[in-house]
Amino acid sequence: MSPTQILFWSLSVLALFSAIMMVASKNPIHSVLWLIAVFFSISGHYILLNAQFLAIVNLIVYAGAIMVLFLFVIMLMNLNADTEPQKNKWLKIAGVIAGGALLLVFVAALKNADLKNQIAQVNGGNIGLISNLGLSLFHDYVIPFEISSILFLSAMVGAVVIGKRE
Amino acid sequence: MPINYYIFLSVALFCIGVAGVLTRRNAIIIFMCVELMLNAVNLLLVAFSKMHHVALYKINPEAGINGQIFVFFIMVVAAAEVSVGLAIIVMMYRNTHSVDVNFLNRLKH
Repeated sequence: MSPTQILFWSLSVLALFSAIMMVASKNPIHSVLWLIAVFFSISGHYILLNAQFLAIVNLIVYAGAIMVLFLFVIMLMNLNADTEPQKNKWLKIAGVIAGGALLLVFVAALKNADLKNQIAQVNGGNIGLISNLGLSLFHDYVIPFEISSILFLSAMVGAVVIGKRE
Repeated sequence: MPINYYIFLSVALFCIGVAGVLTRRNAIIIFMCVELMLNAVNLLLVAFSKMHHVALYKINPEAGINGQIFVFFIMVVAAAEVSVGLAIIVMMYRNTHSVDVNFLNRLKH
């Protein structure tokens, strides 16, 4: 087993385990911390695929900004105790069965896909470096970039308007 | 790495997110599961972009770069979505003193 494969499998196991723990843990603070572990392992996958810009942006935006926002909201609402009512166990079992059935459908549909010879290039290729990505972003995608800044402005105004006390 | 492994990893993460949305009652946890699903899709987009790149880089040395730009825009949209959604959850908590989605099944009150 090459080091790339060892890294791939350990990052995959870490991502899946952290995702399951995120869904299963009772305390919302623990859920946020497990979700941060998922984001770190997905960033590890990006580095393995040599998408360095996306790895850093994923860490800064998701694990740095969005998750801190979630933590602020949870602590603001004082939800760190086990406030979720535990009733109706059958609904949970039905939800888990529905998710597993969706997984089964996906796996059955993709199992025989003709992708045997297709590989994703790991540990090489330079399209994920910031110079190439920035050139493409500011040559071919200038208009969507500017539109996304307008989207951010409207989201900021919307958050202030919604969150304002009457 | 064969692309199959990335497909199945992303599908598994996505289905864990779906199961979380269906089972949990806390609105914030449901929101976090939606973020998990977005990240599974992002990982699959990056893997497909590298697959496209290694298949076509002799013809076009920048083949597959569109997928990574697309992931960048998904992150932008997710950040905007989180800011507005958390504002809605805070407003909801202020009105009902709960973030349980079972209390929110009616639009009155």
